[in-house]
Amino acid sequence: MNTKQEPQSSHMPPRLTSPSWFAWLVIVVFAFLFFQGFSSAEISLERLVKGARNLSTFLGQAIPPDWSNMDVIANAMLETLYMAIVGVTVGIVLSVPFALLASRNTAPHPIVRTITRFMIATMRTIPDLIWALIFVVAVGLGPLAGILAIILDTIGFAARFFSERIEEVRPGPANALTASGAGRVSVIMGAILPETLASMSATSLYSVEKAIRSAVTLGLVGAGGIGVELSTAMRLFQFDKAFSIIIVVLLVVIGFEQLSSMIRKRVI
Amino acid sequence: MSSITIRNLNKYYGALHVLRSLDLSIASGEGVVLLGANGCGKSTLMKCLNGLETPQSGSIVIDQNDVTTAKGLRLRSIRRDIGVVFQQFNLVENLTVFQNVLYGAMGQRRGGLLTVWNSLAPKDTREKAMHCLSRVRMADKASSRCRDLSGGQQQRVAIARMLMQSPKIILADEPVASLDPKAGIEVMDLLWEVVREHNMTVFCTLHQLDLAQNYADRIVGMKAGQIVFDSSNSSADKESLAQLYQGDTRVDGASSHENEYAAPNNRPAEIA
Repeated sequence: MNTKQEPQSSHMPPRLTSPSWFAWLVIVVFAFLFFQGFSSAEISLERLVKGARNLSTFLGQAIPPDWSNMDVIANAMLETLYMAIVGVTVGIVLSVPFALLASRNTAPHPIVRTITRFMIATMRTIPDLIWALIFVVAVGLGPLAGILAIILDTIGFAARFFSERIEEVRPGPANALTASGAGRVSVIMGAILPETLASMSATSLYSVEKAIRSAVTLGLVGAGGIGVELSTAMRLFQFDKAFSIIIVVLLVVIGFEQLSSMIRKRVI
Repeated sequence: MSSITIRNLNKYYGALHVLRSLDLSIASGEGVVLLGANGCGKSTLMKCLNGLETPQSGSIVIDQNDVTTAKGLRLRSIRRDIGVVFQQFNLVENLTVFQNVLYGAMGQRRGGLLTVWNSLAPKDTREKAMHCLSRVRMADKASSRCRDLSGGQQQRVAIARMLMQSPKIILADEPVASLDPKAGIEVMDLLWEVVREHNMTVFCTLHQLDLAQNYADRIVGMKAGQIVFDSSNSSADKESLAQLYQGDTRVDGASSHENEYAAPNNRPAEIA
């Protein structure tokens, strides 16, 4: 058998190999979409110049930023943080049962697993802004809509990663406790969850960062928080006021990311 | 009181016939070592004994209870009396040694995890766990994390966890195969001391002939899914034992050298 194969494998491989027909197809379709998209944006020198002029007008009016409304901005920022913290906490707590029902080694039945995975995928695929639009219709303007949107967005993200980690846990310890006559729930809580805690806290911290960023933008569609102030200021052409809001948002988000990476270093 | 009777046991994985009309009886208090090459079906037999795998036909009777037909609470009550020692120790590595030993009692009472979680466990349970740890000479490591222990130490903790369960029967599946020879002998000494103290029935698979002859009351040999050798330790001769590792030893018909690492009986069992 070996002697037959030897003449084939003794050739030196060519320097370049042609991509497969599938790769060619992907390249052609991508190139088509790119150039089509580029031209549909109607980019022209005239528009670029005009855009630059508008931008400088905006900056001219935005600087110096208007800090006179600091109390309103601070309150709105605080509301944003509350939305993020409440939403992400509830979301993470709910992610754990969702993840357990969605994992191969902990789901009570394959059908339950399929349904749960579908629900998680739906929550993840629909963007948070669209959830917010839906909840504004359902519960009206204000932070509650934002909180609900963040809860769903967090579950879509965190439950998926939790579930991936749960499926990676080696089955041995769980088997050992099962073999000693322990019940299924005890085995899952006692042997599987403890092995996932480090990874789960890292994922949760990312969720917090993500939630604060999305809580800022959710206000743009009326779901409470500082986004409401920002969109009002922009619409009334109060660019100096808008600029001060942007600075506050920037500082808070950076601050939180620092805090979160500090905690992550401690945990892992 | 705690005997095992296996009759005409057949187990298939798909088309693969792993256990082939296997018969075996183990008397109460007997120390039986099972020898056999890789892939001969030893681990599958062990998993059938405590219901982690379900055989297609035949019966396994432990103390008048048929394991093969037991389900749910009845199966759990049978498992409660069977302590298992694993090749890979199977401790929850993120938790402390003490917590892992407490876990041994998880199946013993209603309430499960709530009655054995370190912060919630009753005083007598905690004292018993500490006692089991001292028995395996690991009391000084009670607060260490399991991941920081050596293999031999982890297996001793696993034995303490098994003692916590107060079982009548011990199943040990290659308990020393992941350990170096010195640690292996320490673990075997400890395991047999503990077994004799409590007069438990023990069924242990091993790789090494000499270890088997040092500890067993009776040696049983397995080849290609069947028991082909069965004698008291004193009358077991080296020659017939060596036969266990020659010729068609595996259940999947592959040569034992080519498929050393692809034994079908090493697949992980589902959590029942």
